[in-house]
Amino acid sequence: MGGTGAEKPTLIRWEERGGERVAVRIDGRLPEQLRPIRIEVGVLGNADGSALVEYGATRVLAAVYGPREAVPRHVALPDRAIIRCRYHMAPFSTEERKTPAPTRREVELSKVIREALESVVLTEMYPRTSIDVYMEVLQSDGGTRTAAITAASLALADAGIAMRDLVAGVAVGKVDGILVLDINEVEDNYAEADMPVAMAPSLDKVLLLQLNGVLTHDEFIKALELARRGILEIYKLQKEALRKKYVEVETSTTG
Amino acid sequence: MAKIHVSPRSIVVPGDLIAEGDDVEAESLFIEKRGKKFYATITGLVSIEQVDDKYKINIIPLEGAYIPRPGDIVIGLVEDIGLTHWEIDISSPYKGILTVQEALDKPFNPVTDSLKRYLDVGDYVVAKVIAFDRARDPLLTIKGKGLGRVTEGSIVEIKPSRVPRVIGKKGSMVNMLIKETGCEVLVGQNGRILIKCPNKDIEEVLILSIKKIEAEAHTTGLTERVREFIRKERERRGV
Repeated sequence: MGGTGAEKPTLIRWEERGGERVAVRIDGRLPEQLRPIRIEVGVLGNADGSALVEYGATRVLAAVYGPREAVPRHVALPDRAIIRCRYHMAPFSTEERKTPAPTRREVELSKVIREALESVVLTEMYPRTSIDVYMEVLQSDGGTRTAAITAASLALADAGIAMRDLVAGVAVGKVDGILVLDINEVEDNYAEADMPVAMAPSLDKVLLLQLNGVLTHDEFIKALELARRGILEIYKLQKEALRKKYVEVETSTTG
Repeated sequence: MAKIHVSPRSIVVPGDLIAEGDDVEAESLFIEKRGKKFYATITGLVSIEQVDDKYKINIIPLEGAYIPRPGDIVIGLVEDIGLTHWEIDISSPYKGILTVQEALDKPFNPVTDSLKRYLDVGDYVVAKVIAFDRARDPLLTIKGKGLGRVTEGSIVEIKPSRVPRVIGKKGSMVNMLIKETGCEVLVGQNGRILIKCPNKDIEEVLILSIKKIEAEAHTTGLTERVREFIRKERERRGV
């Protein structure tokens, strides 16, 4: 899609591996392979909950405040909490400076992420309050919205807000006719399709699904299955990271 | 027959399957039942208790805001004064309302008298929650033994989710703190703790040990570790 005008790089190479011809991506990954993922929970002292998530070079910080008194008062709802989301890309997150003002794209992503989170957070437990979620993209290399939602759900769990499940997200793309998991920036720029997906794995529900480009019916089903597998992997890492926060305290104090 | 999927006192996170079966009972609001399965909805420690032929499962949250409940003793900070009520910050998403009827024993006339004379902005009060129906702000009272304006001592603030740990099983932790330091300790359910100590040095030790409990709330054998800590610190400081 949005090719930069420069010459298109070779996105898929075919290599002989163990007697089989396999597709290798521009960063050396196999089509069904995630980027290295790093997750850290409780990174900010002032926030009630926070998380830092990295998908390769993509890096997103999420902070959660609340439940707290909703300001201004009239936005509060009598029977449940409101969730307010801000997805924002730092001016230094991209190659060319991004203006810090919220763009149309950021407003949209804030909305779809908010809607995804609203379906897992038990907002009825906190009437008349607001839960504020801030997601800041520190470095962008494709898949920032899915990394943001993964970070946001961890920050909510870290803040002790009741939710039915954690949310994990990953993008699937179609590059040179091949479906690839966890698409990065270069691949995205020349991809035929890009499909970010977020799911609540233990509920087995899709919370966010967008599709940019064209996929056939069969490709779509395959892409969704591919995303599901990636999400399950990320989900495991999420749970590990949440538990690790407490185990670390334990080992650092008993020594 | 019940199937338990986690070990007792382990850490669960939202979405974790805790148990399944007809003979399982959830005792916490933070456990969601879907069909016959019980899922955690919060980060916390699970406890599993076998009573007769039933399994009772509970989650002690490790994080989270203070949600008032009637009967709770809280320590509040006067934030604003109305004509016949005070607004009290109880470190919760909801602010406490203290009406003049719940504070004074005599009739109060707003024309001739001012609430400022009794409680001013910035005062701490020990109060009890008398009603909270979630539709309106929690109502407080300072009528009763041990309640009222705080006139001496220091306030230590911790996360509300750590309060059960500072109190301990049947008050074991707080009793140990009182015995070891000789201070008076009053733990508000909202995470504010009022301490009155004979001197500054011992107060410092007490504050450090409360902060230690807050940081290590999820670990086992904490009471003994804190006791040890207090004794070492007292020896080191010679108090």
